[in-house]
Amino acid sequence: MTTHEPREPERSDVFIALPDIDEETQRRLHDRLVREAQTAGLLDVAYRTIDSPVGPLLLAATAKGLVRVAYGREDHEKVLERLARDLSPRILHAPARLDAAAKEIDEYFAGLRQGFDLPVDFSLSRGFRRLVLTRLRAIGYGQTASYAAVAVAVGSPKAVRAVGTACATNPIPVVVPCHRVVRSDGSIGQYVGGVDAKKTLLTLEGRPAD
Amino acid sequence: MSTPLPPFEEIVTTHGPTVLRVCRAVLGPMDADDAWSETFLAALRAYPTLRPDSNVEAWLVTIAHRKAIDQTRARARRPLPTEPLPEHPAPSKEDRRDGDLWVAMQALPFKQRVAVTYHYVAGMPYADVAALIGGSQDAARRAAADGIATLRKTYRKGGPR
Repeated sequence: MTTHEPREPERSDVFIALPDIDEETQRRLHDRLVREAQTAGLLDVAYRTIDSPVGPLLLAATAKGLVRVAYGREDHEKVLERLARDLSPRILHAPARLDAAAKEIDEYFAGLRQGFDLPVDFSLSRGFRRLVLTRLRAIGYGQTASYAAVAVAVGSPKAVRAVGTACATNPIPVVVPCHRVVRSDGSIGQYVGGVDAKKTLLTLEGRPAD
Repeated sequence: MSTPLPPFEEIVTTHGPTVLRVCRAVLGPMDADDAWSETFLAALRAYPTLRPDSNVEAWLVTIAHRKAIDQTRARARRPLPTEPLPEHPAPSKEDRRDGDLWVAMQALPFKQRVAVTYHYVAGMPYADVAALIGGSQDAARRAAADGIATLRKTYRKGGPR
C-alpha cells in the first residue's frame, strides 16, 4: 500500500505519522461492499482466480452465469480491463459467486468430474462464434472432433477456418470444451491456453495427443 | 476514443484507504465504516456514467462529503449516543493507533474539520476544497489553518507511536 501525502507542499506534522489502513479493515469493508452490491443488484461481474494444473485461471461470472475463464498467458489484468469495456465496469473481486464454478473445475482437474452443471453466459460471443461454442458442449468428455466436423455440425461445412477462430476466441475455455476440437489429420491444433495446456486436458480425459 | 473505465475493484484498492481516512476524520471511527460503505456503493451505482478522465479520488471525496453531511444531520436528530452497537466490529489494533487523532478531530467545528480533512488527509488543493465545502479559497485555507492550530493543542504532540 502506498502512503498518501498531500499533493501541495504545505503539510502538517499532525498527519505525518498516520499508519496505513490495515489489511484486516480493508478486507472487512471490501466484503461488506460485495454483499451490499450483490443485494442492490450492482455486482455486474464477479471474479476470482484459482490454481490449476494448467496454471492460474481467472473465473468471472455475471448474474446469468460463468462468462469468462482466462489462462495466465492471456494476462488477467488485461482480461479484466476488457470485461470492464465489453460488459460493465462494475467489477469486483467476489469469490463467493464463483464457489460452484471453482469447485466443479477443481473436481474436473482431479479427474472426479466429466461434465459441468454450471450456468454459462455467452454474452461475450456473437453470431457464428456463439453458435459454434454452444455446439461444443455436445462433444463429450474424452471425445474429440475435427474443425471440419464441427463446421458440418453447425450447418456450414465450408466454414472450417471460422470454426477455428471461434475456438481460438472461446471466452470460457475448459468449461466450453474447445480443447476437444483438433485437426482432421489428428494433430492437436492451436489452443487459447497454449498447446501444452490442450495436451494436458486431453491427456487428463484419456486422449493423449501428440 | 478515450481510455475506458478500469474495473471498479481497482478503484476500491487504490482509493479505499484514503476515503476511509476521510470518513474517520470527518465522522469519527464509529460511523466511518457506514459512511465508507455508503460512499462506495453510491460510487459503484454511478460508476458506468463517470467520465473516464475524471479525478476519481476527488469524485469519491465529493460523494463521501454528501454522506457525511447526511450522517451529521441524522446524528443531530438522534437521541443520546448509546453504547457501541454490537454490529460495529471492534477497531483493530492498527485502527486504534490513530483513533486519538480522529477523536480530537471530532471536537473541531464541522467546517474546520472538513477543510483540514480534504486538504491534509485527501491532499486536495484549497481551490477544490472551497468548491466542495462552499465559500472562498481563502476561507477554506483559514478554516484548515484554524483547525490545525486547535489540533496542535488538543492532540498529543508527536502523534501516534
